Order: sequence, then C-alpha cells, then structure tokens
Amino acid sequence: MRQVVHIFSKEFKGYFVTPIAYIVISIFLIVTGWFFFSTFFLFNQASLRNFFDLLPLTFSFIVPAVTMRLFSEELNVGSYEILLTLPVTYRDVILGKFTAAVAFVAAMLAPTLAYPICISFLGKLDWGPVAGGYIGAIFLGASYAAVGLLASSLTRNQIIAFIIGTAICISLTLIDKMLFFLPRTLLPFLEYLGADFHFQNISKGIIDSRDLLYFLSVIFISLYGAHLAMQEKN
Amino acid sequence: MIHVENLTKHYKDICAVDQINFDIHKGEILGLLGPNGAGKTTTLRMLTGFLRPTAGNIRVKDFTIEENPLEIKKLLGYLPESAPLYHDMIVYDYLDFVANIREIDRNEKLKRIKYLADLCGLNDVMHQPIGELSKGFKQRVGLAHAMMSDPEILVLDEPTSGLDPNQIIEIREIIKRIGKEKTVILSTHILSEVEAACDRVVIIKQGKIIADGSMETLKQSVNRKNRINILLLNSDYESVKKELGSIAGVEEVQMETNNEGVLQASVICRSSADLRGDIYRKIKETEWILIELYQETQTLENIFRELTTEN
Repeated sequence: MRQVVHIFSKEFKGYFVTPIAYIVISIFLIVTGWFFFSTFFLFNQASLRNFFDLLPLTFSFIVPAVTMRLFSEELNVGSYEILLTLPVTYRDVILGKFTAAVAFVAAMLAPTLAYPICISFLGKLDWGPVAGGYIGAIFLGASYAAVGLLASSLTRNQIIAFIIGTAICISLTLIDKMLFFLPRTLLPFLEYLGADFHFQNISKGIIDSRDLLYFLSVIFISLYGAHLAMQEKN
Repeated sequence: MIHVENLTKHYKDICAVDQINFDIHKGEILGLLGPNGAGKTTTLRMLTGFLRPTAGNIRVKDFTIEENPLEIKKLLGYLPESAPLYHDMIVYDYLDFVANIREIDRNEKLKRIKYLADLCGLNDVMHQPIGELSKGFKQRVGLAHAMMSDPEILVLDEPTSGLDPNQIIEIREIIKRIGKEKTVILSTHILSEVEAACDRVVIIKQGKIIADGSMETLKQSVNRKNRINILLLNSDYESVKKELGSIAGVEEVQMETNNEGVLQASVICRSSADLRGDIYRKIKETEWILIELYQETQTLENIFRELTTEN
C-alpha cells in the first residue's frame, strides 16, 4: 500500500511539472464558466443546476486528456520497463495512477467552488444539491478517469488513448439521450448504463446507493481491464 | 544464486529465447554476449520479472519468479537498455522516487542519493530534467537507479553504450568494484568490455547458448591452430618455406606479401604448441634478417566471430 502512495505522489507531482495541467485546468474553467454564466442571469435562479448539467459532457473531453499520458507515455518512452522492475505490483501501479488522476480532477474542480460561494451572496442557495453535485462530480470524474486509464493502457500513442477514452466517456454520457428509436423494453436497462442519468440523480442532492454502485462498477471494471491489459503485455 | 532452467520465450511465432540453462554464482561477473537479436535483452527482461517466460524456471536464492516476483525484484537492481527514464522529472526527484519505492529509510535516503551522485558523477546535473541530459548522463542516472538499494544482484543491459571512453573506463571500474561482493550480469556487444570486466562469458545466438565458461576455457574450446607471423629481410619464399617447413610441428608456411625485399609469411602450427622459439633458432642459423615475429593471440573477437558465424 505504501507503494501506491509513492506512485500517487510521483504521478500527481508529474501533472504539475509540465504545463499540461495548467492548460487543462484553464480550458476546463473557461469552458464551464462561460457556459454556466452566459445563461445564469437569464434563468434568474440561485442554483448550480446548469453547471452540473454540462459537467458530464465537459468531463468526457477533459478527463481523458488528463489520463491519456498515464500509461501511453511510459510505454512509448520505455520507462514502463523501469517501473515494472521496481518492487511494485500491477495493482500498486494502477491504483497509484488512478488516485493521482482523481486527485487531479478534484484539484480542477476546486476553483469552481467559487461559483456557489459567489451565488450564495446573490440569492438563497440550497446547499444540498451543491454538495450532492460535487460528490457526484468526483464519482463521475473518477469513473471517467478509470475509463481513460484503461484507454491509456491499451496503446503507446497518447492521441489514440485520448480518442478511445473520449469515445467511451461520450457514449456513457449520451447513451440515455438516444433512446427514442429503441424498443421500449430496453429503455430501463440502457438508461441504467448512462453515466449522466446517475450523475443527475446525485446532483439533485439524492445520494442513492444504486448510483454510487454504478460509478463504483465502472471504476472497478475499467481498472480491472487495465490490469488485464498490463498482464497481456508480458 | 541464480538458477535458470529451460527458459523459453515466444513472441507470437518467433522464438526469442529457446530453452536456455545456466547458473550464476554469488560474486560472479557474468557477461552475456551475442549478435543483435540473439535474445540477450529478452533473457534479462525475464530475469528481472518484466516479461513472463513462456516456459521454464528462474530461481533467485530461494524465490521463483512465478511465486515471488516481488521478492526477486527487491534483490535485483536493473538498468534497462538505453536507460528509459522519466523525461519530465528532475534527476534528484527521480532518485528520491526510486529510493522511496525501494523503501529506503528516510534518514539513509539523502546519504544514499549523495553517495550515488558522487559515484556516478551526477552532482552537476542533480537539478536538471532527465529529458535534457545527454545520453551518457542518462546512462549514469540509470546506473544510480539500479544501485539505489545496494542490491545483491545487478543486471545491466549494455551499461556503457553511449558513453565516452573515459566514462566507459569509469563505469567498468565501478562494475569491477561492485563485482567483488555482488553478482553482476551484464549484456554487451562490446567485446573488450567483457574481457576487461567479466569472470565468465555466456554467448547466445538465436536464443540458444552456444558457449559458456571463463575466458580461458573459451579460448581453449575454440580449436584454432596457432599462427605465427614473421617479417623477414634478405630472404626468398622458396627457402623460407623449405627451412621453416622442416621444423617439427609446422603444418604449413604461407606467404602473405613480398615487396621491396620484405617478406611476410605466416607459419601455421599443427597444434596449439608455441613454436616461436624453434622458429627463431632456425632463422638464426640463416642469413635472413628478422624484423618481426609474433603469434596471433586468440582474442574474444576471434572466438565470438567463429562461434556466431558458423552454421
């Protein structure tokens, strides 16, 4: 378990020694800030609803960009060999990298806490959905980070890793919005697969174990997939 | 110390390493030689637990690679080929990371990093990103990485590639010094390196071991006839052939060149016996002027070429 901590701290610091972290965070804040505040005063409501509505879609692009280098870069440079010949297990490596990515997503979300604080001065803000929204955002970010990690473990090319990650994340986001041409019996099942559906539940302020279970399953399946991909490589 | 048994590795339909067996004893410096693509790196990668063997066993001390890969990784220090390190990291941060992963005590850590920086000559680059270093410095960082935990076994894949001659000698000195107490396995295609540093040589070709032994035994195993080259003035080929050909043990006298009165000839001996004295005595009896006489030594290069090019 201590190895996970060492890998985590190395990966997390790694984000901030290159300019990528600052670029990604800036883009995220500009995009979400713009879309949120451009309509905020039209609705005339003191809520973060619009911000959380958009989050699954922005995360689908941003989170795979954060995770794409985790394995691909190591495979490409060859440092993967160095990492695996240190006394670590696959599990240590995957968990270390995954938690670093989740911590990065959290660091990216942290500045947006300024929004509810500002809004609370403008009107009466209900803090329940805000807390739910942030908890949901962490789970959503963690799920997408796990998906991105899986994509990164499949290829040595970071761009391909990004595209695979984004494709899966967008599918998870939009799957429950494309159901109008499908038979009715499939609806509940496909709806359950949609990340957006579960995220919106949590962001209403209702923390339901089914939604948490969904996110934890996505995380577990993706990380297990990455584990298999690592095993396949030797 | 290390016991390798029937080790085999297939990549899809290519057989990179084919049932090799060898033992490495404590305190031995083993040189792994072979042409490109012979399976050296694959063998080392299996030894260090990076690749899983298709078949066969590796045992290090009481651990097997199947059951206790982590224990083996703790015993080993490994420098992969061309030292692929984290390019964004600063040298110090990198060594610190390795020290943490190797579970070196917090108080010992700084001392150890300093010691390795001195040993590998890294003091001037400690605060530079690894990606900006020259190849030689990367190699040194890799070496420091491998020696971080003061491992009992050091596995070095082409440790001196990309270094300048002074550095090569330095690294060789380091390897020799380490080799007094530790077990070192190094792969290389630089033959003089093996001659200078290794106690034992294993030559691999197409995934198979074709020679295994000390330098001395290898030299004897290659059954080459001794060849003595001479340069003579004031002589002619016919009489040289007749006179020297009469010495017992001489198989043949070949003339190489003959210009401006300098005759170059080689005497091929029937066995590996040393006939230099007899040849000198014979020449002394004649009017010829001897300006050069030397026996071709069996270099590792010759042995290597002979073993790896024959079918």
